[in-house]
Amino acid sequence: MVEAIELTKVFGKLVAVDHVSFTVAEREVFGFLGPNGAGKTTTINILTTIMRPTSGRGVVAGYDVLEEPAKVREVIGYVPQDLTVDDDLTGYENLMLHASLYHIARGEAKTKAREVLRFMELERFADKKVETYSGGMKKRLEICCALIHQPQILFLDEPTLGLDVQTRARIWDYIRLLARDQGVTIFLTTHYMDEADSLCDRVAIIDNGRIKALDTPTSLKTSIGGDLIELELAHASFSVGEAISSIRGVKEVSEENGVIRVWVERGELVMPQLLGELIRLGVDVRRAEMKRQSLDEVFLRLTGRSLRDVGGSRDEVMRRNITIRRMRSR
Amino acid sequence: MRELSEVRALAYRELKKWYRSPILIFMTSIQPLLWMGLYGKALNLTGLLRIPEDLLSQLPPEATRRLGVIINEVLSRYFGSSDIDFFSYIAVGMMGVILLFTAMSSGMSVAWDRRLGFLNKLLCAPINRSSILFGKVASSVVRGVAQAFLVMLIGLALGLHIHVAGPAEFLAALLVLALLCGSFSTIITALTLKIKTWEYHIAINNLITLPLMFTSSALYPVSLMPDWLRALAIVNPLTHGVEALRQLLLLGEGVISPLVIPHIGFLAVFAAGSFALGYFLSGLALRSI
Repeated sequence: MVEAIELTKVFGKLVAVDHVSFTVAEREVFGFLGPNGAGKTTTINILTTIMRPTSGRGVVAGYDVLEEPAKVREVIGYVPQDLTVDDDLTGYENLMLHASLYHIARGEAKTKAREVLRFMELERFADKKVETYSGGMKKRLEICCALIHQPQILFLDEPTLGLDVQTRARIWDYIRLLARDQGVTIFLTTHYMDEADSLCDRVAIIDNGRIKALDTPTSLKTSIGGDLIELELAHASFSVGEAISSIRGVKEVSEENGVIRVWVERGELVMPQLLGELIRLGVDVRRAEMKRQSLDEVFLRLTGRSLRDVGGSRDEVMRRNITIRRMRSR
Repeated sequence: MRELSEVRALAYRELKKWYRSPILIFMTSIQPLLWMGLYGKALNLTGLLRIPEDLLSQLPPEATRRLGVIINEVLSRYFGSSDIDFFSYIAVGMMGVILLFTAMSSGMSVAWDRRLGFLNKLLCAPINRSSILFGKVASSVVRGVAQAFLVMLIGLALGLHIHVAGPAEFLAALLVLALLCGSFSTIITALTLKIKTWEYHIAINNLITLPLMFTSSALYPVSLMPDWLRALAIVNPLTHGVEALRQLLLLGEGVISPLVIPHIGFLAVFAAGSFALGYFLSGLALRSI
């Protein structure tokens, strides 16, 4: 559905996107994970025809973004990082505005508006001014607006920026439903590890305009060594260590101050076997803890720095702040 | 016409915000009101030429008659008619000036759309780039004409004397207002499409608006101006707009009068030119980079 081939964007001396290539399959939830300024939004801007690539090709739903931008615009939905729904209009009016921008006939637009409002569970608030909405509701309305013309591909730029944990989880549910039930292909950017991990089928880790790794969240995590299981036993013995080593998926066993550390490929599969074996041997297990490798560590390993660095131009920072403020205000 | 429906949808968005905030409408009408009230009432240019009754009674009747003729001649030469009072003169000038203020604000709103990210959303929608500009223009024409009308109503309450020949003349006056507002807001919005900060906007607006106002006949007649200023005034569209309005609303001239047609013609040509420029500049300024 989306294909980027050596996509590059240069602003003056800054290479914002540096020979990026990837493919997004139909109905896939594909995520770009990286810190601010990594080139995520620039990539979205190129694929949504807002910007032109300096070199390379972008193909969306079979249309080249440079050769047929008008065709691309017809089949994509775009949910920008900023909140762009109009506070002074009602939810319904916002939707009708978008419907006219996509040349949807009025009768059809009304039906579609009701449909997307029902899907996003905003029906009850349709005729309320958006300024009375909570941050999460505004974001949901924003997604409604991007869905009104039934796009094949939805681009979401930082879909849960500034939202609280419960609201984020709820937005994730809607996005999953869109891909699974409505058959919409999702391309999203995020700098939240948990978002990429729990929402995306595949994740590309991007830093300084380059893709550092691209795989499923699980594979990315196992690629840097998998999970760690820590055990504390009532009586340690040599035979226990040997027994553990023989279990499939166990890579390394070490012992320190009575704590046995077991490095395994996929903790959730090894843990039951491991405990079963220990119980069979009659070992008294006092404590068993699994530490999962998170994408945080993957990112650290790949880029040498943490994801939490925030920066940007005056305009970007200001826009981000406005968005966060509007998300939080009611 | 896809473009027309795009322009209508975008203009409708702006207008909804506007008519739902009566306070805003009131506030934007205050400035021309102050001009009208303070400048029009206090600086009574035509009043200077009226001789107080007590002085008049000391003169012989023949001298009074002669003085009256001279004064009327002076008044009609400068203001177009001897019955015109300066307040009415300024009130109609202010109807033109408020269009200028409205046109400015439409330029500012593109900067806001850019900052709030709404512009990006428009840029990835399947619409003509010029619709983004002309949506602003269309809404500012509706707003401008309505506010000019409001200024006229308030003027009437304060002593504006209007003399309109008929409904066609009134419609022609509305057309003049629409042409003037449409062309100014197209030019100002098109020139400021690329500007990202509103500090620049305010600077540019002041740079454009105040000179336009002072080099026009909005506040004083062209015939009172020094030559260099008159040369500027006769190419200033605001002069033509305001002069046409005075003929149509104050002096009861007909639409096809030679005192009206040339002004409307000038405005029509100016509007066509600005729309073409706006179409070109919006394609240029809003293209994908």
